[in-house]
Amino acid sequence: MGVSLLWLSLIVLIPLAALFAKTAELSAAHFIEIITSRRVLHALQLSFALSFAAAAVNLVFGTLVVWALVRYRFPGRRLFDAIVDIPFALPTAVAGIALTNLYAESGWIGSLLAPLGIQVAFTPLGIFVALVFIGLPFVVRTVQPVLEDLEKELEEAAASLGASRWTIFCRVVLPSIVPALLTGFALALARAVGEYGSVIFIAGNLPNVSEIAPLLIVIRLQEFRYADATAIAAVMLVASFLLLFLINTLQRWSEGRTGKRL
Amino acid sequence: MRISIQNVTKRFDDFTALDQVKLDIRSGELIALLGPSGSGKTTLLRIVAGFEWPDEGEVQFDGEDALTHSVGERNVGFVFQHYALFRHMSVFENVAFGLRARPRRHRHSEAEIRRRVERLLDLVQLKWLAERYPQQLSGGQRQRVALARALAIEPRVLLLDEPFGALDAKVRKELRRWLRNLHTEISVTSIFVTHDQEEALEVADRVVVMDKGRIQQAGTPQQVYDHPHTSAVHEFIGESIVVPVVIEQGDVRFGGEPLGLDPQGVASGDALLFARPHDITIVPSSGEQRLRGVVKRIHGIGPARRVEIALGSETAETLIEVDALRTQPLRVGQLVGLRPDQYRIFSKDGG
Amino acid sequence: MSVVPLYDPAAEMEIGVTAATAHARATQRRKVDVRDDPAWVRWTIISVSIAFLGIFVVLPLINVFAQAFAKGIAVYVDALTNAETLAAIRLTLAVAATSVVLNGLFGLTAAWAIAKFEFRGKNFLITLVDLPFSVSPVIAGLVFVLLFGLQGLFGPWLAAHDVKIIFAFPGILLATIFVTFPFIVRELIPLMQEQGTEEEEAAVSLGASGLRTFVRVTLPNVKWALLYGVLICNARAMGEFGAVSVVSGHIRGETNTMPLHIEALYEGYQAAPAFAVASLLALLALVTLIVKAVLEKRIPKD
Repeated sequence: MGVSLLWLSLIVLIPLAALFAKTAELSAAHFIEIITSRRVLHALQLSFALSFAAAAVNLVFGTLVVWALVRYRFPGRRLFDAIVDIPFALPTAVAGIALTNLYAESGWIGSLLAPLGIQVAFTPLGIFVALVFIGLPFVVRTVQPVLEDLEKELEEAAASLGASRWTIFCRVVLPSIVPALLTGFALALARAVGEYGSVIFIAGNLPNVSEIAPLLIVIRLQEFRYADATAIAAVMLVASFLLLFLINTLQRWSEGRTGKRL
Repeated sequence: MRISIQNVTKRFDDFTALDQVKLDIRSGELIALLGPSGSGKTTLLRIVAGFEWPDEGEVQFDGEDALTHSVGERNVGFVFQHYALFRHMSVFENVAFGLRARPRRHRHSEAEIRRRVERLLDLVQLKWLAERYPQQLSGGQRQRVALARALAIEPRVLLLDEPFGALDAKVRKELRRWLRNLHTEISVTSIFVTHDQEEALEVADRVVVMDKGRIQQAGTPQQVYDHPHTSAVHEFIGESIVVPVVIEQGDVRFGGEPLGLDPQGVASGDALLFARPHDITIVPSSGEQRLRGVVKRIHGIGPARRVEIALGSETAETLIEVDALRTQPLRVGQLVGLRPDQYRIFSKDGG
Repeated sequence: MSVVPLYDPAAEMEIGVTAATAHARATQRRKVDVRDDPAWVRWTIISVSIAFLGIFVVLPLINVFAQAFAKGIAVYVDALTNAETLAAIRLTLAVAATSVVLNGLFGLTAAWAIAKFEFRGKNFLITLVDLPFSVSPVIAGLVFVLLFGLQGLFGPWLAAHDVKIIFAFPGILLATIFVTFPFIVRELIPLMQEQGTEEEEAAVSLGASGLRTFVRVTLPNVKWALLYGVLICNARAMGEFGAVSVVSGHIRGETNTMPLHIEALYEGYQAAPAFAVASLLALLALVTLIVKAVLEKRIPKD
């Protein structure tokens, strides 16, 4: 056990501590100056806003997907169940270039959208699409076990009391899966905020327009502006920790509601 | 509301759960569907509710075809073995659910709903728990909430699926009595499913004994206990002693010896003698036409003792248990005679 | 308590229905599960789900292979067999193998400690394990640069002793280990917790040593979960991009893993070769998913 602790410390604790140590080197004023500079603010806003939007889309469509997978029988259902895992398993760089190619003006989808005046690749819209891709499995896989285990009797009881299908969904099923939905949302959000590989190819990477926060960190590192890089990273880390805390709280809430661990 | 079940058959793959079941239930009756697992009783209940549909047969509510209506349309109150209470709603909200789920046109005002729910909670004596959540209640309390919830929609029939099965013995007994009293008060036609014969005999107006997808007998508790029609009923209700006998030339014989008993119309051949432990008297072993056996064990405390007696030879032994008074002198190894005061003879297939 | 219903749901639902339809409905028996949604809802949801998955997941995947072969087989094969690609493949394999072995060993011991013992700071340990999951890979790379980079904590010391970590294999290895550490542990912990300590206690009471107990009792019980963890750890290790990108230095032929090589090719307008290499990683992902599906049947679910 001492060995595990040592290993964990070496691999996880110390590196992260270094980050905060470096950040602490900065004076408060300097820190604030860095993170409130126009370019940094924009990158942070862009990362969080687009991640939120992508996670929201995944929340809605993920719910539909998980409902179809759990409640319905249709040809190819098992195949689609497996497909949900692809964004998890596919390396981010591979996804990145595939998406870029697909949505570029000459790509399969891009060429269909261009006549409509919609440009996806090299714009924030492209970033959004990439973030939807990588966040897709989270809502589905988090909600799936909860939905599968939902007691049949609850819905039968509601039906016997005269409730319509819609009422049963809204007032019996949905409340039972809300904690799982929110957890899935938070997981997708956390993943999207820090995403790098899938995004940098399709984003335009233009400062103040389509530059995500992780990219800005890399750029500052390449410029040897360590202080700036760590400042931005620190902000992102704090946000990640808050999300992690939120996720844990939601998991405990869900356990209370349904007795299941997420 | 009268319920008429005619020739209902239900199959699951190659398993026949219900086989040409016929049953008429009078308005206001409290009926128990009693039987071992696999007897089809729960399937029948769910068909009446509308959770399952029969492959053949009719179900009528007051003469009207119930099978063209979904469960919501039939206005039945269903109580589940594991309560199926909505965990994210309070007790009050659970009970109010059916009333609030109605389409706007037919919904009562909130004030009226509140009034009704409170009255129901009063009825089940849980008004003080109205704001609690199901997780905070005991099993018995949860089941009472489930009952109140089912009654809130003023159902035409109350259906209970092993309602006390998940509760411990003491609570079960209390709730049994309570249900009986409740029924006397509100007299809604009620059907409950159980595998506990004590429960069925204590609570129901009529007991319907089921086995292997068929109704073996339907009658008052007294009728099924005293006059079981088949061996399945005899065995399921109360305790039974089974002795393999042979009907020959109008005599009932055991071990070749005639017993002087009435074959009760059963044809010649192998048969079974059924009796209750307390309907057999131990008598001296001497005498003609007597069932004889050897005392193997005597046990029991209280007014009556249980005597284990072995009948027949060493190789084809039948063990039975008989009640005997404390005052009767008995020893292990003693040869005794047995006189059945009340008994049934059934053919080998139980009829 | 009134028995006569104020509200008759069946009667209400008949309002607005013509005599003909009423008759038709009366003679028709509906055999429907209460949990079934109306047909139109079902087909709408199924169609939307399939469309969504198709557009967002299936198309990009197919595109990888389509673009890989877009310029013909010759280009495809050449892309995979040239020196730089082979170097990238070798580097990726080396990093992945080492990470998996190390994470496997220490993941086992960590999971064992967490699952079988009660000790102070256990929750802290568990949070620590989950940490790399919630951290951006770029930040993961960043912290190692901060530690071992030229301007980092140990930078001067390393330079003085001519030890290269950043922009060399060790740095890439460290970053990969950091990012893939949780995979194996997280697979093992729930399983080990569920299995409890009874078997181990029995073994010890029969006189087995700690090590023997571990090897003969604990290990076999978790072999499928371990294998599964190793599998996804490997897939992630080979595909890691962000963290490695920061620490690697992008030196072609030397410190470019396969994902970095893909980036280099793509940015260098060599799309087809980039997709060719990408197709290898995509294939790995698919194989991983298939083996996962097979293994899932072997791992007892809770």
